[in-house]
Amino acid sequence: MEKFVSIERVGQTFTTKKGKFVALRDIDLNIAQGEFIALIGHSGCGKSTLLNLIAGLTKPTTGVLLCDGREIAGPGPERAVVFQNHSLLPWLTCFENIYLAVERVFSAKEGKQKLRERTQAAIELVGLAHAAHKYPHEISGGMKQRVGIARALSMEPKVLLMDEPFGALDALTRAKLQDELMKICEKTKATVVMVTHDVDEAVLLSDKIVMMTNGPAATIGEVLHVDLPRPRDRLTMAHDPAYIDYRAAVLEFLYEKQAHVEKEAA
Amino acid sequence: MSALTMNAENTGQKPVDRKINSKPVAAAAAEPVKENKMQKAATAPTPGTPMSERLGNFLRDLLPPVVGLLVLLGIWHVATHKGGAIPSPSVVWDAAVALFSNPFYSNGPNDQGIGWNVLSSLQRVAIGFGIAAAVGIPAGFMIGRFEFLSKMMNPIISLLRPVSPLAWLPIGLLVFKKADPAATWTIFICSIWPMILNTAQGVQRVPQDYLNVARVLALSEWKIMTKILFPAVLPYMLTGIRLSIGTAWLVIVAAEMLTGGVGIGFWVWDEWNNLKVEHIIIAIFVIGIVGLILEQALILLAKKLTKESSAS
Repeated sequence: MEKFVSIERVGQTFTTKKGKFVALRDIDLNIAQGEFIALIGHSGCGKSTLLNLIAGLTKPTTGVLLCDGREIAGPGPERAVVFQNHSLLPWLTCFENIYLAVERVFSAKEGKQKLRERTQAAIELVGLAHAAHKYPHEISGGMKQRVGIARALSMEPKVLLMDEPFGALDALTRAKLQDELMKICEKTKATVVMVTHDVDEAVLLSDKIVMMTNGPAATIGEVLHVDLPRPRDRLTMAHDPAYIDYRAAVLEFLYEKQAHVEKEAA
Repeated sequence: MSALTMNAENTGQKPVDRKINSKPVAAAAAEPVKENKMQKAATAPTPGTPMSERLGNFLRDLLPPVVGLLVLLGIWHVATHKGGAIPSPSVVWDAAVALFSNPFYSNGPNDQGIGWNVLSSLQRVAIGFGIAAAVGIPAGFMIGRFEFLSKMMNPIISLLRPVSPLAWLPIGLLVFKKADPAATWTIFICSIWPMILNTAQGVQRVPQDYLNVARVLALSEWKIMTKILFPAVLPYMLTGIRLSIGTAWLVIVAAEMLTGGVGIGFWVWDEWNNLKVEHIIIAIFVIGIVGLILEQALILLAKKLTKESSAS
């Protein structure tokens, strides 16, 4: 149970026109069931690359990734992804977008009625029952992202992978969705890996913050265990000394220890 | 929303803040109401203006093409009013009136009304184009989906595509031994390329995001085709179809001139042999108008379908 997802000595090298580019090296990480992991680091540190490796969308150059005791050989619905830009199919309604996923995972065992119920339940989970039969272009960015989350959750994945899911949203919508996500995780006991560049988001949501060094050849710099009691409330947290310490630790890592990228750029 | 209301509660200990908070809210709430009233006031007494405006717009849109046509007729008239080989507009007009008074007569295979000729040309185009679509669109999907096929077919397509339509006609005659299927074959081979190329391009340009969704869901190849590729490719496919039908209509006239039978192309050739030049000019107009109608019909269809499939 302790090692639900394990990443062992994983490295990723891309072959580009200019030659080989080492994106990731020596990544070792274990994720327990029900754990919420945040991957944080500066742009270009390979956090999305690592997420794609867990998703199975790309294959590691070296090392091995395991999920529930099996090697990750390719993408699959047991490791659902919430994409940064929601990636809903514009020609399907919200309901149909989710139904496509539900149908794929459960149609072998369950009848149409049950599949529709599952889809309805997923859409209600994110509070969008009223927009079920709208098309993606008819709803707001926050609602689209919620449909994306509902689609991922509807598959009952072993691991939920989120690639900066709230990055494109305004601060208020983001806070609201973070709260919703915390409630959903509480309810479903989901194992989550989330890529983020938002320090508050990382501390508020995570059990473990994996901080990555700057690329190229990025790796895990530090892992911060966040031992804050759940359920967490963002307003009480704002005054919690432990929360402030965790936040400071992440900021310190990003802007002191890994600051050279910013300096070079400037 | 909940975050907002909770914020307000939290800052409740500082009444000054709350006032600052609440004022803009009230103002903001009041303003749109005012605006609404103003909009209503502005739109209410103006039911007459859009009518005259629309008429003005209509005239403005109509004027340039009408002027263009009049200039063309003027040049034509000036060039031909002293006589010569080419008949004047009025002669052609009289011939057209006579011709279109009975477009569907039939005096044997070599003397039929212009209506029959146009219809049989359209029939050939429909058959050749239909087969080309049935072969070309699936082929385009395959070529777009599988890189190996794409690399395999690209040199062949690049080689065959620029070949003049009429170069294919002898091959058709040789294989089918008859004029009619040979003409259809020519239509087929000329109108297949735009459909293959545009469909393949559409498939290759399907956003990676959608394909990643398909991969994460581990959708079957059939589901990928019907739920992701087909709707995403539809606009490209319709462009291919539009280009193809244009080419097909272009080619049919030339093909029929060579193969004979009944058809607008053959009719042009026949009238040339009869030295009825005014009929040839009528035929040119008819061919142009039919081509225009085909094109516009497909543009309309494309608009309707893409609205239904992607935008809506």
